[in-house]
Amino acid sequence: MSRLRAALTPYALIFPGGLWLAIFFVVPMIVMLSLSLQSGSVEDGYAFTFNWHSYADGLANYHDQIIRSLLYGLASTALQIAIGFPVAYWIAFKGGSRKSVYLFLLLLPFLVSFVLRTISWQFLLSDNGILLGPLKDIGLLPDGFRVLATPFAVIAGLAYNFLPFMVLPMYVALERIDPRVLEAAQDLYASRFQTFLRVVLPLSLPGVFAGVLMTFVPATSDYVNASVLGGTNTTMIGNVIQNQYLVTQDYPTASALSFTLMALLLVGIFVYARALGTEDVLEVAAR
Amino acid sequence: MNDPYRQDAALLRGMTQRRLGRRDAFRLAGLSATGLALAACGVQGKGTARPSSSAQVESEVEKYWSGKAKNGHVDFANWPLYMDPKQPELKEFTKRTGISVTYKEVIQETTSWYAKIQPQLAAGQSIDYDLMVVTNSIQLTQLIKLGYLVPLDHGRLPNFTKNVGPRYTQEAFDPGNVYTVPWASGMTGIAYNPKYVDTPPTSYSALWDPKYKGKVGMFSDSQEIANFGLFAIGVDPDKSTPADWEKAAAKLTEQRDSGIVRKYYDQSYIDPLAKGDIWICQAWSGDIFQKNLSDGTDLKFVVPEEGATIWTDNFMIPKTAANPVDAITLIDFFYEPAIAGSLAEYINYVTPVPAAKDAIVADAAKASGADRKTLETIAESPLVFPSDEDYAKLRTYVTLGNSEEHKKFESVFQPITTS
Repeated sequence: MSRLRAALTPYALIFPGGLWLAIFFVVPMIVMLSLSLQSGSVEDGYAFTFNWHSYADGLANYHDQIIRSLLYGLASTALQIAIGFPVAYWIAFKGGSRKSVYLFLLLLPFLVSFVLRTISWQFLLSDNGILLGPLKDIGLLPDGFRVLATPFAVIAGLAYNFLPFMVLPMYVALERIDPRVLEAAQDLYASRFQTFLRVVLPLSLPGVFAGVLMTFVPATSDYVNASVLGGTNTTMIGNVIQNQYLVTQDYPTASALSFTLMALLLVGIFVYARALGTEDVLEVAAR
Repeated sequence: MNDPYRQDAALLRGMTQRRLGRRDAFRLAGLSATGLALAACGVQGKGTARPSSSAQVESEVEKYWSGKAKNGHVDFANWPLYMDPKQPELKEFTKRTGISVTYKEVIQETTSWYAKIQPQLAAGQSIDYDLMVVTNSIQLTQLIKLGYLVPLDHGRLPNFTKNVGPRYTQEAFDPGNVYTVPWASGMTGIAYNPKYVDTPPTSYSALWDPKYKGKVGMFSDSQEIANFGLFAIGVDPDKSTPADWEKAAAKLTEQRDSGIVRKYYDQSYIDPLAKGDIWICQAWSGDIFQKNLSDGTDLKFVVPEEGATIWTDNFMIPKTAANPVDAITLIDFFYEPAIAGSLAEYINYVTPVPAAKDAIVADAAKASGADRKTLETIAESPLVFPSDEDYAKLRTYVTLGNSEEHKKFESVFQPITTS
């Protein structure tokens, strides 16, 4: 009896989460896959016709937006590493007893809604606002200069909104580095720079990897930043998909685009994992 | 100041709050609702032919309304800030008829509202409302086509029959008011910030003027942008052909690619206009006055000489309504001139009841001081009571007959805003 119970326990534990995923992830996924292969309209109904055209049309009409999304995702991820790594490094090694305070401060903006934080940038960066206004008044910037409604604003917004997801895994990796390893490097006459380059950096890479995974994917498929901070010619694929679902109500094209994006991201992640030589992708990401 | 479309901010007495998310602001929020719609839409279409003859309409009406009785309650879904929060009209209605009204401001935007109710209506389930107000739009056309609306029994609408303005009985989207009757109308025109724009714009060409490069705001809504493109090439939107759409799209693309357009906006255009991020833009009449009143700005709204589009928000009863008789009684109540007048005094949109003017004038005679002045202004306002000459300048949206046309239309105009 107790043996049976022991055998069943893992299943009992996985059951709630598994059910949740089955209902809210697997089922919609199948519905969406089926939709992407249907043809028809809301009025006339949809029929499953193996209509691969939705994929071909989606790629033909929106390849610009797909490529742009990948580029914006990459650019924002790079920006986040550049900004986030020093922050993570500083908290991990110089944070002392206040580490948790700094981490809390890092997460503080997350207590405010994502959309609201993005909209607040409209106030900060408005053409005659509190940042640009004075700079224009003293002649440092030309009158026509603007930040909002440019690709830079979108990329910067993406970097800002996902930054903690980049910093936290990097911090965890750095924090785990045994101080004795660093002492050993110094005992072997490594300069501080060499210590960083040959000891700290390699040991932090799993964290960077996880950070990239957690920020590149949502940044690439994001649509809030482009719609709030972007202008003309900054539309990302997320905006297109949202528009196809809600405005045009062209569900097959929207579903096909979603799957195309998902496939691209999955392939990208696995190539990336291979290139970095990390075997257990998911294990690293789970940290 | 001889432009009849410019109004004193005092006109908006009582409207101290902005109608947030009037149309598009909540588009973001609607995405989750669509997920539900998807599960329901994989099966079969529900398209039904519109009854073509009046005899057919009569039999539909007869079939639906026979045996329906008053239940003493009605659930009413409307847009935010489209009625005095004290709801004096509804209180009067309950006092007179004994029908209680639950009034909810749940409609933020046509597309997301449609996405929310469509699966329930398709399944023949109640949407929990007996009465709703929807803008003339592709979604409204679909509601009619899919057979989701109750054909209205005009025998139960005596006030409507007596008092409605004649032009509101011949709207292209529902001629003869078979399924809908108007709640209120408003206009899409040009707004500008006089701090940055010296010469008041009179024509759509102002939005193509290179001197406003990077400072022009356009709507992201395909229909709204199409209307302006069509006006700009001298075509009446409602009479436009697919060939005209292509030409208008080329004109709009040129405007975008030469860097004149800063951005395609939803409801969020008002703040950038007030802050000076954009100087001149497409705008909805009511928004501008409400912004001026609530934030003390001095934005201006003009109807260009080529004309402007007028949209209409319409009453309708969903097919699954539990209390249709109470709902139609309430619709008719809003066509009493005194009630229509009282509503217009508060919301300052075009009322479909011309006789409401006399009611407002009568109210003004009873009032004194600033109130009297405000009421007199409203009674004379071309934005509440457009004259025939004003109406002659107003056009309706492009009417899209079927989903093929809709698809074609979107494929022409959507690429402009989603580049």
